[in-house]
Amino acid sequence: MYSSKLRIYTLATVVTLATAFGLAALYAPIEADQGFSQKIFYVHVPMAIVALGGFVYGGIEGLRYLRTRDPKHDLRSYTAIHMSVILGLGVLITGSIWAKVAWDVWFEWREATLVSFLIVFLLYATYQPLRFAILDPEKQARYAAVFAVTAGAFVPLNFMAVRLAEPFIHPRVLNNTTGGALPTEMKIPFYIALVGMTLLFITLCKLEMTHKLTRGRVKGLERRLDALRGETDDSTLPPRSAAPQVVA
Amino acid sequence: MLLAANFPDGSGYVLAAYLVFFALLLIYLGITVYRMLGLEKRLTTLSEELDRAEGRTAAPPLAEPVADTPKDKIL
Repeated sequence: MYSSKLRIYTLATVVTLATAFGLAALYAPIEADQGFSQKIFYVHVPMAIVALGGFVYGGIEGLRYLRTRDPKHDLRSYTAIHMSVILGLGVLITGSIWAKVAWDVWFEWREATLVSFLIVFLLYATYQPLRFAILDPEKQARYAAVFAVTAGAFVPLNFMAVRLAEPFIHPRVLNNTTGGALPTEMKIPFYIALVGMTLLFITLCKLEMTHKLTRGRVKGLERRLDALRGETDDSTLPPRSAAPQVVA
Repeated sequence: MLLAANFPDGSGYVLAAYLVFFALLLIYLGITVYRMLGLEKRLTTLSEELDRAEGRTAAPPLAEPVADTPKDKIL
């Protein structure tokens, strides 16, 4: 039951994000170099961290599916990647807005951080078409899991490579090595926003999985009704869909 | 308007970034609600079909039968 505690998660997400954005607007100081536009940081960076974490989690669930062949892991992997792609789109758009105000360009192709995130996003943008292209549910889940594991392993490697590379203009705000460490007044809203974004990710994943399971139950009822009428036909494959075929 | 007038430069970009976040969230939630409504409609149709298949009409559940009470007890 993915719907359990959904109400609590929703409430916690709303409270945490509202607190974080309120603190970002009213409590966090205005950054000396970038000015007011630095406030984008409190939505852009937590979204990026959670999106990348979601891709890795999708890979872990993909690996679990390959080991156990339990369809619930396929569903979790699919949902995590689905949500991370949506958050990734948000990261790219908010990042572009920040780039425009900070550097007067919408995208900087020489900056490894930006380009690497775009590559990761485009890589995962192929996940849904890959699933959609495979009709057999078992094969679809297996291929998608292999993709999730491979791409999920690529994400931290890519992140480390970017960190090791010489930064061009993108700020490194969460470490002391480049002198970009955050003051406490900025850290508090940032970490609350990070918790809020993680809660949002979990809530949306639970909501999506609840929807998928409910749809599966409806399909199960349809099958039972067909059996009652004597219209069962097990030879046909289910209709083409990118989402996992959950039939309860 | 007063609040916006007190905002420093670049506030439009900040507002746009936060709006993008909330717009994405709203679009996703809108699509989910739409799909949930479709499921609810399908579920209603299915229960009606099931009732018909079982040879029953889709009628509201009857009230609990009231036990016969001896008249002498009422009096």
